[in-house]
Amino acid sequence: MFKYAVRRILQSIPILLIVLTAVFLVVRVLPGDPAVAALGDYASQEAVDALRQKLGLNDPIWLQYVHFLGSLIKGDLGTSAITGYPVARQVGRVLPYTLELTFCAILVGYILGVPLGISAAVHRNSFIDYFNRIFSLLGLSVPAFYLGILLILVFAIIFPVFPVVGGGDFWDVKDNLRHLVLPGMALGLLMMAYVTRMTRSSILDVLREDYVRTAHAKGLLERVVLYKHVLRNAMIPIVALGGLYAVVLIGSSVMVEIVFSRPGLGKLMVGAIKQRDYTTLQSVMVIYAVIVVLINLATDLVYSLIDPRIKYN
Amino acid sequence: MTEIQENVVPDAGMSVDVSQRVRMWAAFRRNKTAVVGGVLAVLIVLVAVFAPLLAPYDPLVQDAEVRLSGRSAEHWLGTDDFGRDVLSRIIWGSRVSLIIGLVSVFLGMVAGTAMGMVAGYYGGKIETLIMRAVDVLMCFPDLILAIAVTAVLGSNLVNLIITIAIVMTPRFARLSHGQLLKIKESEYVIAAQAIGARVPRIIVRHIFPNIFGELLVAGTLWVGVAIRLEANLAFIGLGVQPPTPTWGNMIREGVDVLINAPGISIFSGLSILITILAFNTLGDGIRDMIDPRLRGE
Repeated sequence: MFKYAVRRILQSIPILLIVLTAVFLVVRVLPGDPAVAALGDYASQEAVDALRQKLGLNDPIWLQYVHFLGSLIKGDLGTSAITGYPVARQVGRVLPYTLELTFCAILVGYILGVPLGISAAVHRNSFIDYFNRIFSLLGLSVPAFYLGILLILVFAIIFPVFPVVGGGDFWDVKDNLRHLVLPGMALGLLMMAYVTRMTRSSILDVLREDYVRTAHAKGLLERVVLYKHVLRNAMIPIVALGGLYAVVLIGSSVMVEIVFSRPGLGKLMVGAIKQRDYTTLQSVMVIYAVIVVLINLATDLVYSLIDPRIKYN
Repeated sequence: MTEIQENVVPDAGMSVDVSQRVRMWAAFRRNKTAVVGGVLAVLIVLVAVFAPLLAPYDPLVQDAEVRLSGRSAEHWLGTDDFGRDVLSRIIWGSRVSLIIGLVSVFLGMVAGTAMGMVAGYYGGKIETLIMRAVDVLMCFPDLILAIAVTAVLGSNLVNLIITIAIVMTPRFARLSHGQLLKIKESEYVIAAQAIGARVPRIIVRHIFPNIFGELLVAGTLWVGVAIRLEANLAFIGLGVQPPTPTWGNMIREGVDVLINAPGISIFSGLSILITILAFNTLGDGIRDMIDPRLRGE
C-alpha cells in the first residue's frame, strides 16, 4: 500500500511539471505587454522599458522559465505588476474561502446525495425513484450561476434571510457561515445531483450481483444486506467518480464566486484577466492545476484503500 | 424474437443489421423522456434557424419609453434596461448558444476522436505523446481552461467556437482512446490485419462503426456542457460581446436589475436550462438505446 502510494505520488510529478510549463507558455502568448498594462497607456517609453527590465521580461525565454520554476519552489508566486502586492499574499487571502466552499459543496453533495441515491435504487421505478431522477437530471442541467441567482432571488431578496453578496469575515464563524449557506447550497445541490445519479446506478449494478442474492437467500435482514454487502462495494466507483466531479465543481465554483461576489480563487483569476495582471493569472492557474493533481492523487489513494484489488496491481 | 437471423460478425460498413436497428428505434421510442428531449432539442434548433421569422421585435432596437416593463400583451416577457424586447432577444440568443454548442462539440469530436484513435491504434511513443498532452489539458477544470484560452484568442464567435472545441477535444480523445483499446484485440480487427488490410481502412470500416454509438452519446451529452461553458463565459463578460444577445449576456444584464425586473435573468436562464435538459435527456435516451441489455436482448 505504501509502495503504491509512493509510486502514485512520483507519477504526479512529471505531469505537474508539464502543466507548469504549459501555464508558463500560455501566459507568455497572451496579447498585450504586461509592463504597459501595469503603467497605463500614457506611460513614457523609459518607464515601460525600466519596468520590463525589472520584471525580467527582456531575458531570454529559457532564463525566464528557470526563474519561474525557481521561485515556485521557494513558494514565491511573484508580485503583481498591477496591484503591487505579492501574489502569494492575495492568494493566501482568498484561498480559504475557495477551499471552504468546495469542501462544503462536496460534503453537502455526498450527505444528501448518497441516501437519496440509495432510496432511489432500492425503491426502483417507484414515485421516489422518478422524483429523484427528475431532480438529479435538473441538477445536472442547470448552470451553477443560474441556480445561484435563483437562490439569491428567493432567499436573499424575496425572503431576506441570507446576505446577498460577499464572503464575510472568515474568522468570525457566524458571519462566515451566513455567507457560506447560499453559495454552498448552489454548488452542493449540483454535486448532489451527480452523486445521487452515480449512487443509484452503482447500487443497481451491485444489487444484481450473485453475492447479494446469496445474502438474501441466507435470510439476512434487508438492512444488513444493504449496509454490509451492497454499500461497501457500491461506494468504490462513487468515491472514484466523486473525485472526478470535484474537478468539475472547481470550475463551477468560479461562477458561484462571481455571482455571490464572494472572495475566492475564481474571482481573483477573472479579475486578473480583465486587468491583464498576468503574474497573478499565471500563479492562480498553477494553483488550480496543483489542486486538481492533488485531488486526482487523493482519489486514487482513497480508491486503493477501499478496493483491495488495486494494491496488488 | 429469435426467428430473425442476426449477423454475428460485423459486416463491412454496417455494424448493426436492419432488425437490430428496428429494435433500437423501438427501444428509444419506449423511453418517453428521451423522446420529449429529442423533440425539444429539434424544436430549439428550429427556433434558432427561424429566429428572424419568429421574433416579434428586432432584438437590438431600443425603446426608452418601455424600459423594464413587465410582461404585457405587446412584450410577452417584458423589456430590458434598454427597452429591448426580452422574448426576441431570447429567440435570437438561441442562435449563438446553439451554433457555439453544436459546432464546437463537432470539431472537438473530430479532432479528439482522430487523436484518440491514432494514439490507441499505434501505441508506443505516439500514444504516450498524445495522451500526455490530453492529461495536461484535463488537469484544468473546463471553465478555467476556457477562460485561459479565451484570454489568448479573444471573444468573438469564431474564436469562442475554437476555444470550446479545444476544451472538448481531450474528452473525446480519452473516450475514443479507451474504446479503441477495448476493440483493438477483437477478432475481426485481427482478421482484417491478417489479410493485409491497410490501417486507414481498418480504422474506418471496422473500428469506427463500433465506437460510433459511444461517441454519439458523449457528443449529445457534451453539447450541454458546451452550451453551459458558453453561457458561463458570457456571464463573466468573456463571451460574444453586447449588444449581440446571448443567453449568458442577458442573465448578466438582468442581475443588475434583479430586484426590479427579475424576469430578464429568470427567463434567459430558463432557456439555457431547458436546452441543456433537452440534450441531456436525448443523450440518456441514445445511451439506453444502444445498450443491448435495455433493448430486451
